[in-house]
Amino acid sequence: MNEAEIKERVAAFLGAHDPGGDRLEFLRARFDAGLAWVWFPEGLGGLGVSRELQQVVERELADTPQLTGGKQGIGLGMAAPTILAFGTEEQKRRFLRPLWTGEEIWCQLFSEPGAGSDLATLATRAVRDGDEWVVDGQKVWTSGAHHSRWAILVARTDPDVPKHRGMTYFVCDMSAPGVEVRPLRQITGEAEFNEVFLTGVRLSDDLRLGAVGDGWRVAQTTLMNERVAIGGAPTRRGGGVLATVLSTWREQPELRTHDLHQRLLLLWVEAEVTRLSGARLREQLAAGQPGPEGSGMKLSFARLNQALSGLDVELRRDLGYDDWAFRRSEDVDFYGRGPGYRYLRAKGNSIEGGTSEILRNIISERVLGLPSEPRVDKDVPWKDLPR
Amino acid sequence: MTLLYSEVEQELRSSVRGLLADRCPPAAVLKRVESEPYDLDLWKTLAGEIGVAGLLIPEELGGAGASASEAAVVLEELGRAVAPVPFLTSSVLATRALLPTRDALLGDLAEGRRTAALAVSFAASPYTPERGSSVSVDGDGRLSGTVTGVAGAEVADVLLVPVGGDLYAVEGASVEVVPSLDLTRPVATVTFAKTRARRVGACDLAAVLRFGAGLLASEQLGVAEWCLDTTLAYVKERHQFARPIGSFQALKHRLADLWLDVVRARAAARNAVADASSVSVAVAQSWNAGVAVRAAEEALQLHGGIGMTWEHPVHLYLKRAKATEIALGTPGDHREALASLVDVPGPGAG
Repeated sequence: MNEAEIKERVAAFLGAHDPGGDRLEFLRARFDAGLAWVWFPEGLGGLGVSRELQQVVERELADTPQLTGGKQGIGLGMAAPTILAFGTEEQKRRFLRPLWTGEEIWCQLFSEPGAGSDLATLATRAVRDGDEWVVDGQKVWTSGAHHSRWAILVARTDPDVPKHRGMTYFVCDMSAPGVEVRPLRQITGEAEFNEVFLTGVRLSDDLRLGAVGDGWRVAQTTLMNERVAIGGAPTRRGGGVLATVLSTWREQPELRTHDLHQRLLLLWVEAEVTRLSGARLREQLAAGQPGPEGSGMKLSFARLNQALSGLDVELRRDLGYDDWAFRRSEDVDFYGRGPGYRYLRAKGNSIEGGTSEILRNIISERVLGLPSEPRVDKDVPWKDLPR
Repeated sequence: MTLLYSEVEQELRSSVRGLLADRCPPAAVLKRVESEPYDLDLWKTLAGEIGVAGLLIPEELGGAGASASEAAVVLEELGRAVAPVPFLTSSVLATRALLPTRDALLGDLAEGRRTAALAVSFAASPYTPERGSSVSVDGDGRLSGTVTGVAGAEVADVLLVPVGGDLYAVEGASVEVVPSLDLTRPVATVTFAKTRARRVGACDLAAVLRFGAGLLASEQLGVAEWCLDTTLAYVKERHQFARPIGSFQALKHRLADLWLDVVRARAAARNAVADASSVSVAVAQSWNAGVAVRAAEEALQLHGGIGMTWEHPVHLYLKRAKATEIALGTPGDHREALASLVDVPGPGAG
């Protein structure tokens, strides 16, 4: 299918469905017409065509009801590609449509108090009981758990084998008995993320994603997509967090100093070359030549966001803060609210979705082919690891 | 507009790389830098057989009618090899100055029969094109004055001298090579004393230097790539504390950061040829010049003592990188230009 054909497809769809009508009905119809994510298979919201054509669809449908980016981020960016890659036909049919329309929100139950960068050491147990699994454990840093209908969950199903081999990937029903979500207050004052306690949670075996013991491999798919989702969004020149700093800079010339000017120009250039790399990366993906460059996007994004949001606070000489009140966040929001909030929120960018240190390990080992540090935990059964 | 390489460009790259691997390994470059840095036999093959000299010259003037994008790929490869050939000085800068005049000399340059150099300081920039030049023209059309820091002059058959918006061709000026930071592209002082010159046409020198600066970003990318690749190979090989030093996180993280800088330098270099606007060129220069220097400095440090020796070629790359940081505008010059180009004015600018 080419650009003209897909435009025709969109035009026909718009002819049959009024974008000014019910929002949800419109989104469901868009999914059913294969115009949700065109590179997905037919029947699952796609047309089985090149991912490149999605841009055309987005342009054509720009003035119609849109998804709620932040809240749906984990579902769209992480759960969906994993379900597509590892789910059964039944799972794909059950989960993808309401995930895409936003009727069902997803969160991610990966990290634990004792398993952060070393995710594979996680201790949440899932024990088989007939056609069900019984899950016990504690997860942490779970953004949006308080909105979520479903979660992607990695749990230990075999403690007797080395850590990478004994995990299994599940879809967790967040409304099941035994799931308890407690807000965790962040340095911004609000609670975007949560602790999630799982106590005797029963999940039927048809909520398992992938084979028993294959959880690590399935989780890799999620994590690679998470990093692309965080770092890979297209921006225009001078866009993103830079845009906020630039508008203050232009509107309030009395705030400018020579020192800030030099630093802002350095960051402007870095933001621009990072943006160009993202554009080049997307071109490679569209041309079917994915390069290793993707691994670096989140790293650059975190650094830039932190540097620019820090400069923004300094530029404004603003000693205030908009609101420290403890509340549950409605959304994941990097750019909203005041400069103080943005500065503090950006600190999370080098931690969430893989710390910058872990990303540098991944780049150096998988892209640059450098040897790993000597490992003491590789061939030891999980239950025997020192802790 | 694309930021990727075309198939034609990849083919051109592999023929240039193949030739350079064969005829111009770093050891060979090192061997000649103190006697006769330029390798004119190699240049003859590159210019004549592979046809790089005429890339930017239209077919009707005897060239290949290619674009800056192909020339950029050649520069990446020449940078990777710190190849001592006058491609940037003759086939890019001098050729670009001559193109609007459609002078017959272009045919000779295209075939590599003759070589030219622009008699402009390599330290001049699109923003200060006159830097380093005191040349004037008298009523008889004769040139007098000096230009310092001219690259490629000693191997040029013809010097192209921009004076007051005009371009003059000169054969037989005094060219005195000075000891130069960059061993593989030394600079010379060119002196004119009532030297006879032929006016070949008008010259927008700032535009010529901007074009050259955009392409120089690709040479800098090539320099940085060699430094990164060579360092990666070394840290995988070199053992200390009974491990390859490349297994230590302290070094892995530095190399991951450097890789990310090089990835962005590639995007910036490609963008500067795909969209040759003043902004794209200034972005590419302010980023890539620094990346080349950083890559060479990291290469030297991570090679340890051997990196400090004359016999290891890393110093050729460090010297090239540091010299090109100055060439055609420093990163700071280009950032200063960006301030007005992208509306990020300084204090007191309203």
